[in-house]
Amino acid sequence: MQSDRLTRYAWMAVGPLALFLVWYAVHLAGLVTPKLLPSPVRTLQSVWTNAISGGLGPDFLRTLWRTLQAFGIAAAFGVPIGIVIGANEKLYRSIEFLIDFFRSTPATAMFPLFMIIFGLGDFSKIAVAAFAAWLVVLFNVAYGVMNARQTRILAAKVMGASRARIFKDVMFYECLPQTFVGLRTAVSLALVVIVVAEMFIGSDDGLGKRIIDSQITFDLPQLYGTILVSGILGYGLNLIFLGLEKWLVHWSGRA
Amino acid sequence: MTLAQRTPAEEAPAGASYPDLRWFPPGTHITVRGLKKAFDGNPVYVGFDIDLPKGKIVSVFGPNGCGKSTFINMVAGLLPIDAGQILFEGKTIAETRIGYVFQNYREALFPWLRAIDNIHYPLRLMGIGKAERERRIEELVAGFDLKFDLHRYPYQMSGGQQQTVSIMRSLVIEPEVLFLDEPFSALDYEMTLIMRDQLQKVLVARGVTTVLVSHDLEEAVYLADKVLMLTRRPSRIADYMDVDLPRPRDPSTLTDPRFIDLKARTLEVFQNAVRAS
Repeated sequence: MQSDRLTRYAWMAVGPLALFLVWYAVHLAGLVTPKLLPSPVRTLQSVWTNAISGGLGPDFLRTLWRTLQAFGIAAAFGVPIGIVIGANEKLYRSIEFLIDFFRSTPATAMFPLFMIIFGLGDFSKIAVAAFAAWLVVLFNVAYGVMNARQTRILAAKVMGASRARIFKDVMFYECLPQTFVGLRTAVSLALVVIVVAEMFIGSDDGLGKRIIDSQITFDLPQLYGTILVSGILGYGLNLIFLGLEKWLVHWSGRA
Repeated sequence: MTLAQRTPAEEAPAGASYPDLRWFPPGTHITVRGLKKAFDGNPVYVGFDIDLPKGKIVSVFGPNGCGKSTFINMVAGLLPIDAGQILFEGKTIAETRIGYVFQNYREALFPWLRAIDNIHYPLRLMGIGKAERERRIEELVAGFDLKFDLHRYPYQMSGGQQQTVSIMRSLVIEPEVLFLDEPFSALDYEMTLIMRDQLQKVLVARGVTTVLVSHDLEEAVYLADKVLMLTRRPSRIADYMDVDLPRPRDPSTLTDPRFIDLKARTLEVFQNAVRAS
């Protein structure tokens, strides 16, 4: 068992290591000018120095905090409204088009509108991201409720559960797996929108701001490094949500 | 008969000239009168009457699509009826405590609860305190010959174990009537044999009125005190025969000449019902 696991981790490390080596080889061979492709070692050094004294930490935390705020708003409004919509088929039919339409509209196209409504401050960034993420949560929760196993609801009904009890004891758990799919997608989307907003809706800090600054000053090691850190943030959030899902929705995919 | 004529004898006005006021035989639990049901204009039941005895096991058997499951779902109150009346010793379904075991145990148990908590659930709904719930469950478990741990989640159990938990969940409330809709059809034959005997043992010990839908003739006869054979749609009674084989029945019953004879008779009725369409 233990060695099986080690073997698995070892295999998982092969891809990233190979990428690192290819990157290094391309750099050493001078296939791409160092101006466009700094060495990976130089890039990691830049991440390190920026983390220690270059303000990367606060930028990272700002972006994380904005993302979590947007996500929090999306979840707080998305889950209850999604349950109501999912439980009411006529209501769902009547707004299905609107949800699909706005879900398909690029959130970035809303930036100017949200800037007019909410001003240039932090909140307009959070609001756009929250709006985009909210639709994803809403859709998934409603879908989860609509696809609740009828047999379980009938079983509760036969046992004498009231409508309220069926909601609390059965529906809520039935839509939980799909809700988590929505929450996970929503947090990723919120991060994307926040980073883009930090780049283009004037911002004083955040990873997006740092990326655009690196581009303007042509600090490519910092540019690559910040992209890498954004990736780590996105991957980390996804990992945390997967872990939460596995723990809270232990029956997902097994029943 | 109209409703007015069904007044029990002791309440009938003096001098009334009703020839027979008892409109169902003694020992009856469930009375179905004038049952009508259609799906999209296709009649499934057009005035169906039957009496189901108290404390006995009745199997419902018939051709595919004849409305076996429709029948027990209507009696169990899961499906609305178009017309007619179904009473349980004079009470409606809402006034009767029932248990229902679904064919698809995977979708009937709550996977977010451990097996033991699934069994607790109907008692919680009834507002029974923890100590009393535990006492009742302990008593129930004693009647079962369990070889697995109830503190696991349903998805960690085999199909037979999950269906056993389902049956326990339906019995823990001490139902007046138990409904089983093809409970073993998703299990393999070996497990089916074990489950049949388990179920027979528990039901006979508890004397609960049971309505069982089965698509397996052997099972229908083996478990039943009476076999209700239905015709094709619209469903009528093809036969309603007594199975007076001694209990407890065991696998040797399957080779008993009386069992074989009964099974042959039911098979003949079944084949006639299939042909007559």
